[in-house]
Amino acid sequence: MAAVAGSETIRRGRAPGRVGNAIFRGVSSSAGITIVVLLGLVAAFLVYRAVPALLATREELADVGFMRGQSLLGYVAPLAFGTVLSSVIALVVAVPLSIGIALFISHYAPRRLAQGLGYLVDLLAAIPSVIFGLWGLQFLQPLVGPLFQWLSDHMGWFPPFSGYVGPAKNIMTAGLVLAVMILPIITATIREVFLQTPRLHEEASLALGATRWEMIRQAVLPFGRSGIISAAMLGMGRALGETMAVLMVLAPGFAMNLYVLRPGQHQSIAANIANQFPEAGALGADVLIATGLFLFLLTFAVNLAARWVINRRAEFSGAN
Amino acid sequence: MSKRIDVSDLDVYYGDFLAVEGVTMTIEARSITALIGPSGCGKSTFLRTLNRMHEVIPGARVEGKAVMDGVDLYGKHVDPVEVRRQIGMVFQRPNPFPTMSIADNVLAGVKLNNRRLPRSEQEEIVERALTGANLWNEVKDRLNRPGSSLSGGQQQRLCIARAIAVRPQVLLMDEPCSALDPISTLAIEDLMNELKDDYTIVIVTHNMQQAARVSDRTGFFNIAGTGKPGRLIEIDDTSVMFSSPSQKATEDYISGRFG
Amino acid sequence: MTAVSVPPKPVRRRRRLPAYAPWAVLAGALGVGALLSLLSGTFTFTGALLFGALVHVVAITTLSAVVEGRRWATDRLATTLVTAAFVLAAIPLVSLVVLVLRFGMERFSWTFLNDDMVGIFGASVEGGVFHAIIGTLWVTGLCSLVAIPLGILTAVYLVEYARPGPLKRAITVLVDVMTGIPSIVAGLFAATLFMVVVGPQYKAGVMGAVALALLMTPVVVRSVEEMLRLVPNELREAAYALGVPKWLTVVKVVLRTAIAGITTGVMIAIARVIGETAPLLLTVGIVANVNWNAFDGRIATLPVYVFRQYAQGGASVDRAWAGALTLILIVMLLNLVARLVSRYFSPKGAR
Repeated sequence: MAAVAGSETIRRGRAPGRVGNAIFRGVSSSAGITIVVLLGLVAAFLVYRAVPALLATREELADVGFMRGQSLLGYVAPLAFGTVLSSVIALVVAVPLSIGIALFISHYAPRRLAQGLGYLVDLLAAIPSVIFGLWGLQFLQPLVGPLFQWLSDHMGWFPPFSGYVGPAKNIMTAGLVLAVMILPIITATIREVFLQTPRLHEEASLALGATRWEMIRQAVLPFGRSGIISAAMLGMGRALGETMAVLMVLAPGFAMNLYVLRPGQHQSIAANIANQFPEAGALGADVLIATGLFLFLLTFAVNLAARWVINRRAEFSGAN
Repeated sequence: MSKRIDVSDLDVYYGDFLAVEGVTMTIEARSITALIGPSGCGKSTFLRTLNRMHEVIPGARVEGKAVMDGVDLYGKHVDPVEVRRQIGMVFQRPNPFPTMSIADNVLAGVKLNNRRLPRSEQEEIVERALTGANLWNEVKDRLNRPGSSLSGGQQQRLCIARAIAVRPQVLLMDEPCSALDPISTLAIEDLMNELKDDYTIVIVTHNMQQAARVSDRTGFFNIAGTGKPGRLIEIDDTSVMFSSPSQKATEDYISGRFG
Repeated sequence: MTAVSVPPKPVRRRRRLPAYAPWAVLAGALGVGALLSLLSGTFTFTGALLFGALVHVVAITTLSAVVEGRRWATDRLATTLVTAAFVLAAIPLVSLVVLVLRFGMERFSWTFLNDDMVGIFGASVEGGVFHAIIGTLWVTGLCSLVAIPLGILTAVYLVEYARPGPLKRAITVLVDVMTGIPSIVAGLFAATLFMVVVGPQYKAGVMGAVALALLMTPVVVRSVEEMLRLVPNELREAAYALGVPKWLTVVKVVLRTAIAGITTGVMIAIARVIGETAPLLLTVGIVANVNWNAFDGRIATLPVYVFRQYAQGGASVDRAWAGALTLILIVMLLNLVARLVSRYFSPKGAR
């Protein structure tokens, strides 16, 4: 009655599942290797197409209509500036808000409510970017218009706020839309970290008679500091590469200044590519690909820095 | 259908670290062999080498021989999967498959190996294995409920049923009662006593009373200090080990002077 | 000599504000806010809320400082600000949903879903999204066909097979890098790839699928990896101990146990790429008719449709909103189903 094991003794030279093992192992490792190859391909193609733009002479580049006679560097610089400026505005708005929301969910809201609230914030992440663009134009723009007008009228002595012209198709509005778009990822990351605050630290603080806010300042925020930094960087990585919100909301320009309320001053790399690529000629496409490569490297550096902060924290967290 | 295992000069390494050194023993058929010793002495590690389960951990390897039925478990052309089909194992914490019903858990050894059996035969296996594990009467009316719906002690007996359903020669038990309450423990011990008529059983236990109660032979493992390899100090009939062991360390351990 | 016996301090009962105080202050502040908004010129609802919120923050903090003391006032201030942050974050979500529903419902109908844009010009109020839905299904479907198996298998490799070493590290890092690829760059890659391989004039749905697959794969890898790591090692060992070969253990125990989580993760990944616009703008373009062939010719997709219609202005704006409503319904449906799957199909009692 050896129906199940198939045998009563260990048989030499028999390796059940050896073929299956080899196949499955092979298939799954090739998938992993495919990822490596794929990314190599992406880099190779982008570099391959960017090289002509990098090597092109000034005269050749003059033929590319949208460059208006600029050198490649002169063309990329304002775009890079606009990209970073919009992302920084987004961060300045989104990070404090995210900390607030994360605290609300982790330490203020009733436990049963907290999960639902967290889900609500996650829903925000699921909304397609093109719809955020519509929202920015239809809802946010009229809403912030009067506010910007007021700022420009009463605080115009502060240069960045001067010279507002409606409608609010300026980089401030674009930055605000970006802020809403990166809110979920920042909040989710910070919330995770806050929830990991050692319960004992919190209780120790409360047992000493601290108010809830004092407890948060003593136990939660110090514990979460590196988490906040890396969350902000992850959000920055998102904001740098986001196309639609900027493309739809911003009236583009190629200046490098801090007049955040004036339209027609700035443009981001991603939105510029979306704008010009469909109609670009061969060298024009190369130039745009070169800017894309630059954007890729920029986001890569920011993401890498974020990972580094996270990993460093992971090494220390054993002590907690 | 039970076999004996002859172990000679077995060393177990994790990478470069020698975890267990120079074990030589005979595990008799149709009997219960208990392995006792302080924590970290390598008794569980040794147990896992008997069905090559230690190989799951990267870098683990073995030198020496363990012969069952004339076949060295570590010989050339012997596949670990083939070994494990003959030498089953029950773990410290009950681990029924959460996605399977009680019946499917018992049939796991068949179904996971893609073998097809007629329905009547499947039912026969389920009933036989569950009866063998003293669980049939408790679960026969709810064979289609998930395995995780059972109590801890029942889950452990389900795991034993799962292990004996594939009709192995030897059953290894790695502290099978340490996560259970005293009543469930008693049920498992009774079960072991019944199972030894058909199987060779090796049990690792922390509980010396348990070793004294259930086993025919007892082996004592010890470790000279942290970082040193564990060794088999001695192995003998349980009655001898618990009354007049030949080694001083065994006596100290059994009388509760350390460990 | 000063430390003589000090009589024990009696426990002082702190003066605290009653629980209803913040609400009362809030009501009052909103009233004042409305008044301020009226005084500042024209009354706007937004102005009233804004002024009201500011007044509330100042009032509750001051009140608390006077009655309860400085420490509790700081605490009140923090509570108010934290809650305000949350309310503020709810505004975009709520307004967005209201907006899409309100404008979207104008044109949203069964005919809208079943009509394409052939022969629709200028102020015509007809036309629909059928062609865009078909295109989106094609592009997302092709993308999933590549990204889901590739992602799952890579995760299996990383969790079940890879030994610690350079290859494992490289893949882990590169998946991270891929997660950070800006979507427009993925579009650029797909566009140049087909330009070089097939020819500069080639446009097809499959180009968009390649771009989206590049964005979707790392998301799938990450979530599946996480799910596989949640499967307790004890289950793998239980299967090995029964003499089950490794590959069957992975397929029938590990993947089977994690299937609910994997399904959820995959659906959320699909929901994420289905709304991607920028890469499709560069690759698949837009057409007015249904294109049943994803390997030849431009193809319309929902996000691009929304973008183009809105950019055209006039009567097309309504179509853009209705398209946005369609898109959001699809995304929310995917999210909802994903959550239901994870709730009802997760193994019960699994640790």
